[in-house]
Amino acid sequence: MKLTAVSAGLSTPSSTRLLADRLTESARDELATRGHAASIEVVELRELAGDVANHLVTGFPPPRLAAAIDTVTGSDGLIVVTPVFAASYSGLFKSFFDVIDPDALTGKPVLIAATGGTARHSLVLEHAMRPLFAYLRAATVPTAVYAASEDWGSGGDQHTDGLPARVRRAGAELAALMATRPTRAEPEDDVTALERQLADLRFD
Amino acid sequence: MQFGIFTVGDVTPDPTNGRTPSENERIKAMVAIALKAEEVGLDVFATGEHHNPPFVPSSPTTMLGYIAARTETLILSTATTLITTNDPVKIAEDYAMLQHLADGRVDLMLGRGNTGPVYPWFGQDIRQGINLAKENYALLRRLWREDVVDWEGTFRTPLQAFTSTPRPLDGVPPFVWHGSIRSPEIAEQAAFYGDGFFHNNIFWPADHTRRMVQLYRRRFAFHGHGRPEDAIVGLGGQAFMRKNSQDAVREFRPYFDNAPVYGHGPSLEEFTEQTPLTVGSPQQVIERTLSFRETVGDYQRQLFLMDHAGLPLKTVLEQLDILGEEVVPVLRKEFAAGRPADVPDAPVHAARVTAATMAEGVTTA
Repeated sequence: MKLTAVSAGLSTPSSTRLLADRLTESARDELATRGHAASIEVVELRELAGDVANHLVTGFPPPRLAAAIDTVTGSDGLIVVTPVFAASYSGLFKSFFDVIDPDALTGKPVLIAATGGTARHSLVLEHAMRPLFAYLRAATVPTAVYAASEDWGSGGDQHTDGLPARVRRAGAELAALMATRPTRAEPEDDVTALERQLADLRFD
Repeated sequence: MQFGIFTVGDVTPDPTNGRTPSENERIKAMVAIALKAEEVGLDVFATGEHHNPPFVPSSPTTMLGYIAARTETLILSTATTLITTNDPVKIAEDYAMLQHLADGRVDLMLGRGNTGPVYPWFGQDIRQGINLAKENYALLRRLWREDVVDWEGTFRTPLQAFTSTPRPLDGVPPFVWHGSIRSPEIAEQAAFYGDGFFHNNIFWPADHTRRMVQLYRRRFAFHGHGRPEDAIVGLGGQAFMRKNSQDAVREFRPYFDNAPVYGHGPSLEEFTEQTPLTVGSPQQVIERTLSFRETVGDYQRQLFLMDHAGLPLKTVLEQLDILGEEVVPVLRKEFAAGRPADVPDAPVHAARVTAATMAEGVTTA
């Protein structure tokens, strides 16, 4: 199965990428216990920032961005992670999903996650990320993972799980959802796909 | 194969001196460009249709009628005629009239237009774009082919016992191309009717063009109009040329960097790599254009956008000299070489009249 992580972190090293990697490992391990080998790709949006802006301007993706979009839309499951900027996902994160066909993620299992300096921003996941992927008709798993800076140096308490436990739970939910999906049929060639789109169109 | 130019009709400031031509200057420049096209031996001039600034050509048949009177051989076309927001009755009348005045040197390319507010300005809804294109074109065909039309549809008032006048010249309506960039529905419409399909590829990578034309060719055959290679295909392209390619790049770069349709995104180098835009020597334009055949197969019409990015008229006319004298003669020769004899020629009025007469003869025989 193809599992792809999209990370919108900007610094190197990036805590957003770190969270994406933890989540990816968790989902991969859970898929393995269910008997599925996952091939993993990571799309770093920082490397595509110029290409994304060019796509917005020209209407078509430069080759490297086209390849990244194909990776994302051809995956069996997605882990998408953004830093919190101004009370929402980053502009780069949103722009990347803006240039993907709005129907391309329909039904796709998605795990949403975000990072920030303080836990006060954690509801960004529910107020910004989840509606975005609901609009895209993705199948978003119930557990969304937010990692504040402090989470990297603390455990859970009596009220809440620590980051590792939340990562495990989210990864397991994604793996479970991916495992129940039917394997995709042989991909058809793109002209055949267009012909199928036209099936209901009548001129007479 | 036909070679020509198409113009958007934009009023764009010249970024090298900040000067913006007046509407009057731009309109006269478009006419000068059309006349030059015939002078340098091109086959086709096509004008855009727009109903908002910074574009001037809101009334294509007025402009084309004027050009028709001042030319002898040039085919007059559009790029595109808005099948969505124009009344199909008026399209039928206007283009039949133009066809008579121009002695058949007329075809048109239908498109949906791309400016949202134009729909409400003309009383339509952009969400109905495809349905408007379907219904309006179906009516347009009947108006040109049936002397008396009774019609009822969704988007305009019904017609009872309506005759569109003048009737098409020699009883053969203008040839219709359907222009589209990304809508497979329009490729399907062209294929369904056995009309031409023009893929305006000027801002798109070759792979996308290949896919759209392949779809059209496949569906053309599916709908029983012949083999896929019998379908009638047109492509766009755009260029800026100087004898030395470095000079072309140096001169065009400020235009590219500031043009509303090009600038502030990919670099000139990236854009020329990913789209048909070719900035260089005439030989480079020849090679690039010949490569289109590898993408779509042998095709019928090649239109170049030459008055782009705010280039002054003088420069555009120089470009047309180079295009007509150095590029197109070579393209004619090279495209003819290796072209199978059974690939159809580009449609022209006289040949279509002959074909219609023969078909008539077969039916009555």
